[in-house]
Amino acid sequence: MALMDAVLELADDHLVLGHRLSEWCGHAPMLEEDLALPNMALDLIGTARTLYDYAAKLEGQGRSEDDIAYLRGEREYRNCLLVERPNEDFAHTVLRQFFFAAFMHPYWHAAQDSDDEVIRGVAGKAVKEMAYHIRHAGEWVIRLGDGTEESAQRMRDAVEALSIYTAELFEEGAAEGAPALPSRAAQREAWDATIAHVFAEAQLEMPEVPFPQTGGRKGLHGEGLGHMLAEMQSVYRAHPGATW
Amino acid sequence: MSGEIPLWEVFIRPRNGLAHKHVGSLHAADEVMALNAARDVYTRRGEGTSIWVVPSRAITASDPDQAEENFEPTADKIYRHPTFYEIPDDVGHM
Repeated sequence: MALMDAVLELADDHLVLGHRLSEWCGHAPMLEEDLALPNMALDLIGTARTLYDYAAKLEGQGRSEDDIAYLRGEREYRNCLLVERPNEDFAHTVLRQFFFAAFMHPYWHAAQDSDDEVIRGVAGKAVKEMAYHIRHAGEWVIRLGDGTEESAQRMRDAVEALSIYTAELFEEGAAEGAPALPSRAAQREAWDATIAHVFAEAQLEMPEVPFPQTGGRKGLHGEGLGHMLAEMQSVYRAHPGATW
Repeated sequence: MSGEIPLWEVFIRPRNGLAHKHVGSLHAADEVMALNAARDVYTRRGEGTSIWVVPSRAITASDPDQAEENFEPTADKIYRHPTFYEIPDDVGHM
């Protein structure tokens, strides 16, 4: 079951971040971003769907992707803490996206060599999506970080708030016993390089993080995730088995 | 906010061999952001293989007040339309 648990962690990362991004739909600061953020959300949710479907098959208990996504409580979710952080302002949102994509891009790149056919398939598609997410979010990080006094301050605040969640990205989690998936720790170097490159242009610095936050892979989440799941799952729970 | 952000015209090439065609406009701070926004706004349904963005202010448009002198003189020159030629059957589709 190590592979199933590991696939579930990946799927939860993508669904939770995808849902967070989708919360911007209709509220983004400009029309162009109102389309761009849900575009990226749909990339993530598409990946999550394939992975949930695969997790359900690996489990073999007859659960569907919807059952797994909509009928688990907060403590059963295995996403890392970064992806569940609330949207706050636009600076927080693009920085969260940038941190995540900078990790997933080298991860999926490595996963293209997996001996697991489904993982290879997901990786081949996702690696291109993540390359774009890095570009889109990264360009915003640069422009806000090196922008006006207020945008720079908001970006620095976002870095301060979110950097404490980045170390968890590199924890192996359930993937430790699943050779079909790449090592998370091994993506550190690529991640550091991407962040350093963009932060140099953005006039930002990664702060020292004496007490990194962790626990998501064990189901220990922040307060925000429960609220998010309650909203996300409400329709399915009110109308079990509904399809559209 | 968008009052301060420049306007860009977006051109998409649907596939190789065809010309870039004007599809609309958008607001973006600079050319890199304009290309990203064009990708997100105008190619979501597989419309394109290439994008051009051009600052709207770089476009010079013809004057609507000159429309008569610009375009009406061509109206009576029907011989410019290739409809007076007999097309041999062997040619097939033209």
